[in-house]
Amino acid sequence: MNRSTVDIAKRWGYHGIDALKKASPGYFMIMGFFALLTLIGAAVGVHGMITGYHHVYNVSREISWGILISAYVFCVVTSTGLCIISSIGHVFGGEAFMPIAKRAVFMSIIFMLGGFCIIFFDIENPFRMAIYNVISPNLSSNMWWMGTLYGAYLVFMIIEYYFLLEQNHSLSRLMGFFGLVVGIAAHSNLGAVFGMLHGRPFWYGPYLPIYFIFSAGMSGGCAIMFVTTLAWKINPAIMNLRMERAMKAVCQVTIFLISTIIFFTIWKIVTGMVSHDKSLVIMSLVNGDYSVNFWVFDIFFGMVLPLFLLFLSRGTNYNMILWATGLMMIGIFFMRYDIVIPGQMVSVYHALGVEEGLDIIKYKPSFHEIMATLFGLSLICVAYLAGEKMLNGHQLEKHEIVPEGGYICPGCGAIHFMQEGESEQDAMKRQHNIW
Amino acid sequence: MNFPKIDLDRLKNEGTSSITNKERRNFLKLGFAITGVYAGGKILSLSSTFGIAHASGTDFVEKFPYNPHYSMVIRQSLCIDCEKCVDACNKTNHVPEYGYRTRILTRKYQGQLDKKVEFIPVLCNHCNDAPCVRACPTKATYKDAITGIVRMDSKKCIGCKTCMLACPYDARYFSAERHAVDKCDFCWEERLSKGETQTACSSACPTGARTFGNLTDPNNIVFKLVHQLEESVWVLRPEDGTKPNIFYMKGNMLSVDNILKGQKFIYSGPSGS
Repeated sequence: MNRSTVDIAKRWGYHGIDALKKASPGYFMIMGFFALLTLIGAAVGVHGMITGYHHVYNVSREISWGILISAYVFCVVTSTGLCIISSIGHVFGGEAFMPIAKRAVFMSIIFMLGGFCIIFFDIENPFRMAIYNVISPNLSSNMWWMGTLYGAYLVFMIIEYYFLLEQNHSLSRLMGFFGLVVGIAAHSNLGAVFGMLHGRPFWYGPYLPIYFIFSAGMSGGCAIMFVTTLAWKINPAIMNLRMERAMKAVCQVTIFLISTIIFFTIWKIVTGMVSHDKSLVIMSLVNGDYSVNFWVFDIFFGMVLPLFLLFLSRGTNYNMILWATGLMMIGIFFMRYDIVIPGQMVSVYHALGVEEGLDIIKYKPSFHEIMATLFGLSLICVAYLAGEKMLNGHQLEKHEIVPEGGYICPGCGAIHFMQEGESEQDAMKRQHNIW
Repeated sequence: MNFPKIDLDRLKNEGTSSITNKERRNFLKLGFAITGVYAGGKILSLSSTFGIAHASGTDFVEKFPYNPHYSMVIRQSLCIDCEKCVDACNKTNHVPEYGYRTRILTRKYQGQLDKKVEFIPVLCNHCNDAPCVRACPTKATYKDAITGIVRMDSKKCIGCKTCMLACPYDARYFSAERHAVDKCDFCWEERLSKGETQTACSSACPTGARTFGNLTDPNNIVFKLVHQLEESVWVLRPEDGTKPNIFYMKGNMLSVDNILKGQKFIYSGPSGS
């Protein structure tokens, strides 16, 4: 039996608009709320674009990157992290991680698109970018590499997702590998965008590119557990033995990565305290303007509480994991904010001792900036909620009758299709080998 | 062949008295060459040391990478914060109200007997190794191949603002009118390309605190100001390694007079010779 004879919707686990229509009123209300927020956010963003950002945004010549850039960083860190963690399974063959792949790759694409939506309202001339990034590239610019590589990353992830749906594991694996390599290159370049700015001692150095990769892993683990446990709340049927095993594995990796980031943070603070250039920023994090952000959100919600709760949950208490990772997502958002903004708040003329450079430069996001940020973030929520229903919780169709010509793969649990004259063994070999 | 064995531990210190001036000079030259100070203004700061290392001023001129190599020397002591330069700049270059291409910083002192305050004009340093040029994703900002001026190709600017953060001198702002980042171009667009020789700020300066000129021309006042043994010349944030072309010195009226009158560099002692 040829694969093409099988209904494509069934093959992809696509349940369409009908599945969405069957959702409960409460689900609709939540989705409607985020959809409304997306529309309002986009409208406010467009308003800002027409009025001119310098009238409505609180960014200045000193603090040129505000909440929009930190939200963009949050989105792409999470996207890269989802790719990194899920690749342990479906690229490198870590059997336990395999069931998370479909949802993780889907969310990785969604987070990336959300990030692009947010940065669309930050870049002053986004349309020129499309032209001059291509015809006038500056190969020594990290910004150029970051943008270009993330573009390529998105393409690879979309192709990979297509092959995951098609259950062509060889090609999805290959694309996943390319996506991972390009994603890590892009992401470390994002770190270098900050890390290669001489005038900003809080950012300057190799710390950020390295930190960003580990931090991405942590965010990815957190995001996978969050979206999976939330999906479990939406539809408890998605949790099965294989998924339970996957959650345990992701939980372990995340605990390890949180510990790594705690270690990174401790040394960032301690080394910063003895540096004249950095101590002003570090002290404002430790006991200044940003101390609530730092201690409550970065440290407590972002690292300490989830570490404790994840230990306690043993990877099996999903309510606890949902709370831990939900708060952690908020904490991580602040973590990105507390990298982007404090890095700019010391004037480049501070060391010169002039009056103009003595004080820390203040920044508070404006209404327009917050709304443009919410546009991207709520778009991610809408896409997530719609995806859970329309793609049937990213499940493999194990509860359904196996379509003709298909069988449940003993290796990955997915439904594979045999080609004509092929045995199950041959089909499995074909599906699971790269070449 | 047998060499006599040298017992270093037992060698006597000859002292420095036996070293001739020529040998000292050669040694210094070697040091300067290694550390890069040798090239005078090209590398970065204390180009006054050039006078020690070199007898004639012609062969190092080629070491400035641009010709004319535009530069500005700011004599800090002469600045009185009248802001005429800022006004002239704003008017000449149509700088909007919310932005500036140049400004004057104020530094206050306590416990000094002669002065309580010092004014430091700042502008784009037109660095030879400009971080903004490296950071720009689309080559919208570039180093002019002839003059070394860091200029903007506004139509290419995507407005990512990376250059604004890359600049260690806070010399850039986003201009909504130009739909691009705007910065000092040494008045290239408005004055120099139209045949003028001075920038708006330097010609508006009533005290001569800002002096604009060509570093490759030994007869130019900028060249003369920078190459004085008795004046210390520095740049802002040398630790960033950007090789800036705005030089700072304390400066006083006497040394200016000397230069303007074409006199040789006579050190003016307390008696005012």
